[in-house]
Amino acid sequence: MRQDNIAIRTQGLTRYFGHNAALRSLTLDVPRGQVTALIGHNGAGKTTLIRMLLGLLPPTRGRAELLGCDSQSLTPEVRARVGYLAEGHFLWGWMKARDAARLQRETFPRWDQTLFDSMLEFFGVAPHSRVAQISRGQRAGVSLAMTLATDPELLVLDDPSMGLDPVARRAVVEGLLAFARRDDRTILVCTHLLDDVERLADRIAIVSNGRLLVDAGLAEFRERIGGWMLDAEFGSQQAAQIPGLIDLRQARGRTHLVVANHDSETEAAIQRISGTARREDLTLEDAVLAYLRPAAMVGSISEALEHTR
Amino acid sequence: MLELRVTPGGNRPIYRQIIDQVRQAVATGELAVGDALPSVRQLAEELVLNHNTVAKAYAELVREGVLESQHGRGVFVAKRRRVYSPGETKRRLDQALNVFLSEALTLDVAPRQIEEAVANRLEQMTAKQQSSEGE
Repeated sequence: MRQDNIAIRTQGLTRYFGHNAALRSLTLDVPRGQVTALIGHNGAGKTTLIRMLLGLLPPTRGRAELLGCDSQSLTPEVRARVGYLAEGHFLWGWMKARDAARLQRETFPRWDQTLFDSMLEFFGVAPHSRVAQISRGQRAGVSLAMTLATDPELLVLDDPSMGLDPVARRAVVEGLLAFARRDDRTILVCTHLLDDVERLADRIAIVSNGRLLVDAGLAEFRERIGGWMLDAEFGSQQAAQIPGLIDLRQARGRTHLVVANHDSETEAAIQRISGTARREDLTLEDAVLAYLRPAAMVGSISEALEHTR
Repeated sequence: MLELRVTPGGNRPIYRQIIDQVRQAVATGELAVGDALPSVRQLAEELVLNHNTVAKAYAELVREGVLESQHGRGVFVAKRRRVYSPGETKRRLDQALNVFLSEALTLDVAPRQIEEAVANRLEQMTAKQQSSEGE
């Protein structure tokens, strides 16, 4: 990819807290003009990654670039082109919804008051209502409006739908989609809500234990992760012969396998174990869980936990 | 008007769900040759989806020859033409049969009854298709 098609680039980005690695040598390109969903356990390193991208936390090793500018030395001009929505939608309770606009207008030269007003309306927030007195979903609406109306080129959101009811959740998704439809806007969104990911994302990145396990287009990811069902249970030695195995569950005399980058070799290896093995359709959740579940077997399958690029 | 519904969380990716439903609407005559589809933007808004997902589904349907894109005017149901080799056509037919028959057989109905149901529905569908093409 050409440099100017990349909104976020990290190279070997690593961060330790004491002796604990929160992020281990993460190399990731987030393309411009697309929605990338960042998925992982709580504590997988997603928030650490976001804080380093925004220059709020220095890396132990490696580097990160935002819109072509090193995260450690972001200029005010670059910062003004980046929208960041922190986890939890923090707002001062005494503030009125319309005052939130005043706060931003002075800092962001491209402030879009019309967009701000229509977002408040969309979330059903009266401009004169006090932030402490509106619902959690409405507060999410105010903070989303504050961010989107700065008209950012790059939008970084840390779990924007956490704790929201289904109505507010849908409103967040609709707001983000409407924003993404404007030309060339990039979104990096951290979330646990896989149904929202299916509606929103062009790409997914899966992070576990501080490592990047998957970085792929959503459609490509689903095509590359395949499920198989075998009418037998078998030992880990046999399983180790299946290339690309990422998950294995055995129950009621059956084995369910999840395999990455399956090809004729994979199929042959599976058929050698059981001639009656058959393909099994997977949901996005199945495929993501296969990566995030603690490995059913150690050592032999660690090789499979490679990037599916 | 064409009614599409998509469900996240299913074992078919959303763009596949769109492809399946448009194909079916064309096969049953619900959509006739020359009918316009909603624009990518309209459908993405209506279904609350990333517009690239809708664009991907349309692109695949155009590649398959189900739809055709007329520059600047939008996307329309295409005249049917053969797009697969005879071998590929047979492979796809077998695949469709397997899905259908394995589901039908789990219902524990007599093979005879399945044959009759297929013949009847085939007659209905082709009649509808011919009438929509004759318009």
